[in-house]
Amino acid sequence: MAEKKAVGNKAADNKKAAVKAPAKGGIFSSRNFKGDIITIAVLVIAYFIISNLKLSSLMTGLLVPVCVYIIMAMSLNLTVGILGELSLGHAGFMCVGAFTGVIFSRLIQSAAMPELLKFILSILVATVVGAVFGIIIGIPVLRLNGDYLAIVTLAFGEIIKALLNNLYVGKTADGSIEMNMSGFKNVTDSAGKFVSGPLGLTKIPKYATFEIAVVMVVLVYIICSHFIHSRDGRAVMAIRDNRIAAESVGINITKYKMIAFVLSSAMAGAAGCLYAHNYATLQAVKFDYNKSILILVFVVLGGIGNIKGSIVSAIILTLLPELLRGIGNYRMLIYSILLIVIMLINWSPKSRVVVQRLGAKIKGIFVKEKAAV
Amino acid sequence: MDKILTLLSNLVNGLQLGSVYAIIALGYTMVYGIAKMLNFAHGDIIMVGAYVVFLLFVGQGFNPLLALVISIAACTVMGILIEKIAYKPLRKAASPLAVLITAIGVSYFLQNSALLIFGSNSKTFSSIINLPSIKLAGGKITITAISLVTIITCIVIMIALTTFINKTKPGQAMLAVAEDKGAATLMGINVNKTISLTFAIGSGLAAVAGALYCSTYPILSPYTGAMPGIKAFVAAVFGGIGSIPGAFIGGLLLGIIEILAKYYISAQLSDAIVFGVLIVVLLVKPTGILGKKIQEKV
Amino acid sequence: MAYIDIKHLGITFGGLKAVDDFNLEIKKGELYGLIGPNGAGKTTVFNMLTGVYKPNTGSIVLDGRDITGMKTIDINKAGVARTFQNIRLFKELTVLENVEVALHNKYKYSTFSGIFRLPSFYKVEKQMKERSEELLKVFGLEDAKDFKASNLPYGQQRKLEIARALATDPKLLLLDEPAAGMNPNETAELMETISLIREKFGVTILLIEHDMKLVAGICEAVTVLNFGRVLAQGETAKVLKDPEVVKAYIGD
Repeated sequence: MAEKKAVGNKAADNKKAAVKAPAKGGIFSSRNFKGDIITIAVLVIAYFIISNLKLSSLMTGLLVPVCVYIIMAMSLNLTVGILGELSLGHAGFMCVGAFTGVIFSRLIQSAAMPELLKFILSILVATVVGAVFGIIIGIPVLRLNGDYLAIVTLAFGEIIKALLNNLYVGKTADGSIEMNMSGFKNVTDSAGKFVSGPLGLTKIPKYATFEIAVVMVVLVYIICSHFIHSRDGRAVMAIRDNRIAAESVGINITKYKMIAFVLSSAMAGAAGCLYAHNYATLQAVKFDYNKSILILVFVVLGGIGNIKGSIVSAIILTLLPELLRGIGNYRMLIYSILLIVIMLINWSPKSRVVVQRLGAKIKGIFVKEKAAV
Repeated sequence: MDKILTLLSNLVNGLQLGSVYAIIALGYTMVYGIAKMLNFAHGDIIMVGAYVVFLLFVGQGFNPLLALVISIAACTVMGILIEKIAYKPLRKAASPLAVLITAIGVSYFLQNSALLIFGSNSKTFSSIINLPSIKLAGGKITITAISLVTIITCIVIMIALTTFINKTKPGQAMLAVAEDKGAATLMGINVNKTISLTFAIGSGLAAVAGALYCSTYPILSPYTGAMPGIKAFVAAVFGGIGSIPGAFIGGLLLGIIEILAKYYISAQLSDAIVFGVLIVVLLVKPTGILGKKIQEKV
Repeated sequence: MAYIDIKHLGITFGGLKAVDDFNLEIKKGELYGLIGPNGAGKTTVFNMLTGVYKPNTGSIVLDGRDITGMKTIDINKAGVARTFQNIRLFKELTVLENVEVALHNKYKYSTFSGIFRLPSFYKVEKQMKERSEELLKVFGLEDAKDFKASNLPYGQQRKLEIARALATDPKLLLLDEPAAGMNPNETAELMETISLIREKFGVTILLIEHDMKLVAGICEAVTVLNFGRVLAQGETAKVLKDPEVVKAYIGD
């Protein structure tokens, strides 16, 4: 029995050696920018098609959130796929970005400048604050390993949520800022209340548009993809693949872990700001660990370390519950079953072999046809 | 004097909540130790267990103990099935994240099944223990029967589990599988059976925890299990994940910290404080209170 | 003073003296062997030399600079590079990228220019690529440069590890059982490569090896380690004939 198995393995090895083609086009190797250009082109074309379609109001309402989730998934993929550390608190950075972004945009709401500029400034502020939180949280978190790191990111996410859920920020009639954790004392006018404890953000200016969201998606995609295929990105992936070897060739582990983590949290901050400006009100409890997990699901289903995959899975999985709306109460049940089935098909070593064979067959047919033409 | 009495009664409440966390955390930690996976659906098994007790005891007027036994049996079977269907095929997957996401899928599945069957309205659970409270210090401290039962149950479970693992063959097999699956197989241990057994015990414990938790916090909804599940996960990490005494100590400490923080600092921020303490503990001892430090061999 | 001067190096693990009073002098450009039975403490010496472990006693001086107790990355910057007994490649990266990672401290541009693709990015990336390809050529790996490192056959993985170590431009190269798991043909080829890189890169080499043929064939001098202590030291041919050494290897 054991012998048979060994022989089987050997056969598998030989097969592996036979199909051992260069990892061309793989996300770890693609150095030519054709892939990037194609992805961006697809996104832009998708934008023009979608903006000319007649969509139901429900679907229209989902356009910005879909983009937000794409950005979230891509940025989390930097931490999970490229840095190789499991984070369960990514929504915390989104939450921070949403709150600081809205507080800032409320502060400059009456300033004499175009709306777009106000929004861009708010996003920048949210990005910077996201990065700062990335540093503050990254310093303790990145010393830990594996599941311990995961639980601490979850803890930080929940702490951020709980703190912001009790935060009051407002502008009094005389123009001074009131900020505390116990309730407004001097702010009486509801227009001056920016953050009202459990009620969260109120009177948010609706700056977010599908156009801005798509531009942000493209920008974040470029940043992620360029980062991965640069000196820094390689250093981060080297640490992921083998920390001890990376150290032995002179890579500063702490520094590069930090760079990836902070970049990831900064982009989540930006996404949070975009998300918030799509609604009139928003509560901190929306950013609980379930949201972090939802984004993690996008990342894993799209392929760990595969940025393009994150885009596709974020789109499909955000729209799926809506597409399943027709089956009413069963939709979330079907969603969960689909999730389990997809994971089993995608990741089980046995089914993987089957899928690969099928893929090769389909490819074979395709190539033959091409040859015939 | 009154302050001391309040503190004492808070401590009792903390121990009670902590005992529930400890029972759940034991399941978490055993599964982690053996299958090396974070079973995110563990919290939802608590909810299923509580619903079974609710249906039989509150709905059909069953004897509470009988209802609990049936609930344990149901959860045990469910735990084994979940492992066989959803987790086992991914045991050798390339990334440990695969099984984590599947566990999340199972969690959604259980929550949404409960939502379909029982509706989104929460049910009012009644305590499975109908005994008079104990009054101490001239009636200034009241210890409810459910408090006592919860704490005692937790201690009994802890002792029984430790004995089972150290003194019986299946228990020793669990230790062996936790240490090294390959070597355990070579020693003739049936790894599949051992893992099934672990899930069975963990899920059975979750059913007990569900009944006890809902007896104190009587609101039952499809999402009831999520928060205690996460807290118990924190407790398991707190004590050193994979360690059984660690889960026990972690659970109790977490319960006490939570109740004290709620009473003395802020009810809204008690969760934040619990998580804050966890972070501090892990920074001082990166593998939890009783966790073993493993150094990578170069 | 010798190029590499190790004096009274020692380390204890929980009361057990893993390496005790280890002394070693290596001349510049020398190819030096470190041999001994399993568990003698050879890899522990490497781990102390590269800062993975901090020695409890003794000193390590490289080219006049004391590197004792420094951090791994600083020791690498000071000029020590190594390979590992259990191959530690960056599995998901390509062969080329594995070498490029090791060029990290020699070719630099900022994170910002990497993300926004400023001219310095293209310039430095081109240099890195050329230098990496040059190194790969030495090991006959240039055709495999776009393969994922984990897809390489075993022997080539060992070579890639050496190429990666050389990319950091070391003064001292530590090879931990470079011929482990290789067949005689591969070993012979490896011996040639090792001699070649010493000439081509002017690097001093210290290698751990079990294969006596390889050691006798290329090392000018050897140190034999047994139970954490030096058993014999000196010219290869003489040491290998030492009855104590023979006894340690073959037993009574």
